[in-house]
Amino acid sequence: MMAFARLLDSLVYTGGRNAKLRLMADYFTHAPDPDRGYALAALTGGLDFPNAKPALIRDLAARRVDPVLFAMSYDYVGDLAETVALIWPERPQPAAHVPELGEIVEALRLTPKDGVAGLLEGWLDSLDATGRWALLKLITGGLRVGVSARLAKTAVAEWGGRDAAEIEEVWHGLKPPYAGLFAWAEGLADRPAVEDGATFRPFMLATPLEERDLAGLDPADFAAEWKWDGIRVQVAARGGTRRLFARSGDDVGGAFPDILEAATFDAVIDGELLVVAPDGEPASFNHLQQRLNRKTVTPKMLRDYPAHVRVYDMLFCEGEDLRPLPFAERRARLERWFARPRPRLDLSPLLPFESWDQLAALRDAARQNGIEGLMLKRKDSPYLSGRPKGPWFKWKRDALTVDAVLMYAQRGHGKRSSYYSDYTFGAWSGGALVPVGKAYFGFTDEELLQIDRWVRANTVNRFGPVREVRPGLVFEVAFDSVHASGRHKSGVALRFPRIARIRWDKPAAEADRLEALEALIS
Amino acid sequence: MDIENWLRVTPQGLCCVPGGFHIDPWQPVARAVVTHGHSDHARAGHAAVLATPPTLAIMAARGAAPERGQGLDYGRSVRIGDVSVRLAPAGHVLGSAQVVLEYEGTRAVVSGDYKRRPDPTCLPFEPVPCDLFVTEATFGLPVFRHPDDADEIARLLHSVALFPERCHLVGVYALGKCQRVIRLLRAAGYDQPIYVHGGLVEMCRLYEEWGVALGELRLATGPSADELKGQIVLAPPSALADRWARRLPDPVTALASGWMRVRLRARQRGVELPLVISDHADWDELCRTIDEVGAPELWVTHGNEDALVHVAGQKGIAARALYLEGYEEEEAA
Ligand SMILES: [Zn+2]
Ligand SMILES: [Zn+2]
Repeated sequence: MMAFARLLDSLVYTGGRNAKLRLMADYFTHAPDPDRGYALAALTGGLDFPNAKPALIRDLAARRVDPVLFAMSYDYVGDLAETVALIWPERPQPAAHVPELGEIVEALRLTPKDGVAGLLEGWLDSLDATGRWALLKLITGGLRVGVSARLAKTAVAEWGGRDAAEIEEVWHGLKPPYAGLFAWAEGLADRPAVEDGATFRPFMLATPLEERDLAGLDPADFAAEWKWDGIRVQVAARGGTRRLFARSGDDVGGAFPDILEAATFDAVIDGELLVVAPDGEPASFNHLQQRLNRKTVTPKMLRDYPAHVRVYDMLFCEGEDLRPLPFAERRARLERWFARPRPRLDLSPLLPFESWDQLAALRDAARQNGIEGLMLKRKDSPYLSGRPKGPWFKWKRDALTVDAVLMYAQRGHGKRSSYYSDYTFGAWSGGALVPVGKAYFGFTDEELLQIDRWVRANTVNRFGPVREVRPGLVFEVAFDSVHASGRHKSGVALRFPRIARIRWDKPAAEADRLEALEALIS
Repeated sequence: MDIENWLRVTPQGLCCVPGGFHIDPWQPVARAVVTHGHSDHARAGHAAVLATPPTLAIMAARGAAPERGQGLDYGRSVRIGDVSVRLAPAGHVLGSAQVVLEYEGTRAVVSGDYKRRPDPTCLPFEPVPCDLFVTEATFGLPVFRHPDDADEIARLLHSVALFPERCHLVGVYALGKCQRVIRLLRAAGYDQPIYVHGGLVEMCRLYEEWGVALGELRLATGPSADELKGQIVLAPPSALADRWARRLPDPVTALASGWMRVRLRARQRGVELPLVISDHADWDELCRTIDEVGAPELWVTHGNEDALVHVAGQKGIAARALYLEGYEEEEAA
């Protein structure tokens, strides 16, 4: 555990990508199995301990530490896990046994809920402050050490002198502690087999287009199509197995039996999952929400919110890997494939254009349901895993904005743990504010400090980590679209809200009214 | 007799009334006793100063020499008026002292800044039983518990090995921390030249004159970026983000300070390698020291006073926070 703790601790402070890769490689070299495998699982977000919750940690600390001293310390440190880790009474002698990461993970998995507190207490007693901090971060989820799952996998790949895409390819067939993966990376074993069936293949993703990039690009090199506002999915069907994968690689097929039922082919295709209205056009994103995250799907839901995949690309066809082919060729194959009727699937049409201006005009005119913007794809681009810069661009349509009033602020996480950095904002309805959304990004550090100060000075109520503030601070909130929502008190839900500007100048009374948002419902 | 009748806070700082002198005053006074050479304790402009000989030498080197300096070795007593004054080692930096005052059968000890960890550059803290203990509380919260300094140095050396093409730029306060970190590196077997910022040279020379050997030091401003690859460069904390640091080869920025214990503090300083090495007592050591000196009365100054006052109260000690204005948050911590 100590080696893993030191790794996390170093990663927290390290800014550079290469330095982070170096730190992870050093850890993989020195840590044995299964520790390094569980470390990789932790870094890729693959560990979950439902029996260990922050409240448990707070209780443990309350039993060991004077409450006045704890309160003063928490106020100073700003982060629960860190406060407990630092304040936990140190034993006079080093512990006889310091638990290793693998031991901790395996014990947590096997221990019933009422046994977790005892385990945790013993571990906290035998680790040092950095070890305790890492343990508490690990079990409460969200390490927040500035390492994405992708970067962690890249670290394994580079450390073993392999290609990151090779790992992505097999990743979803693997389980922690990934002993086979490490053995392969070290050259001691063959690559873990890709199950020849309906396995996940890493998606190819687009980078955002900066409009100034366009000048250097030749329209003739690119194909354009709409970027549909649904959920990017991969339908994989082979040898009797059918699966529907989200971008994370999670299998979401359970919620969409209608799609699986229609996947009677032998192929892997890439498309956008949508719910369609009776006229065949995409319904609002909100309808799709109704289908997501449901464990059981009722016949009524299948009828009211029929699912559909609008297909962008084809990765495999009857066992043949099409990914090395240029986009134009894959597209031609895909069009031929659609010569036969494909229930619940249709082809995302290409948009003819000759100049960037012409395309920009198309983009600006598109305000109908289900369109988020445009995709530009180089006609010669092979299907690569991840987000290479250059072959594919997404060109989102301009955001809509509303002036909303700050209502509640909450302490952030990680780097922002001592600042009020998560905000709930509202619009006026009658004489009162109703919350319409939450956002936490879009600030410089300096703005964050200013808002934090304002929040502390204008608090009218406190509930745990949340402060209610008097209506006095206006945010210009940008968002992609508005949808009617029965789950929100306001009746509206914003898609991708983010705070575009702080309107220190604007009196709260002049912020927007709820009706302004209702008028934008798509 | 009530101690407050003869030891009290005045606008110039803590004043011993029957002796007619101040201790670490922050404004110029006629007579001062100075605990140690850090600038918030050893201000310039006093007429007469009583301090240990190294502290007087440090004051002179910093341009804060008084008109008249009187050196007093540890353990010796002098009478000033009706007050007996003795200096006891504080373990903080070279020459640092606690001021032991006796007047009409009552003993008060003003600790100045102190630490309890062994430090190869100065004498260890000596607990002096007393009726009133005036303690610092820079790290007066239970979250501050300094790890073993050898482990911190080992982390620095591990990082040096891991990034051989970069240099390690370590922020150290010029007086005390700098020389201690050098000695710790030497003790860990690091015998290469250590590169130092110009602002550290004078104090290093002074320490060597007082018998603290530091091994080979080189000025960091001369060598090329190429020569500095894989090397350790020490600089005052203020120079870490300076233009000066830009010419170093992709430095890993480290900072040696007790504040580095709290992640947010380390990140606010933009530090990549926080080293928790402090010249102040940590929380456990503050509590232990209070027990050891056994004073029924405690004045707490210099930092997070409230938590220590709370704990002293639980031990049945009459404790209060003494808000002395002149001290900044300790950079040197
Ligand atoms: Zn000091
Ligand atoms: Zn001080």
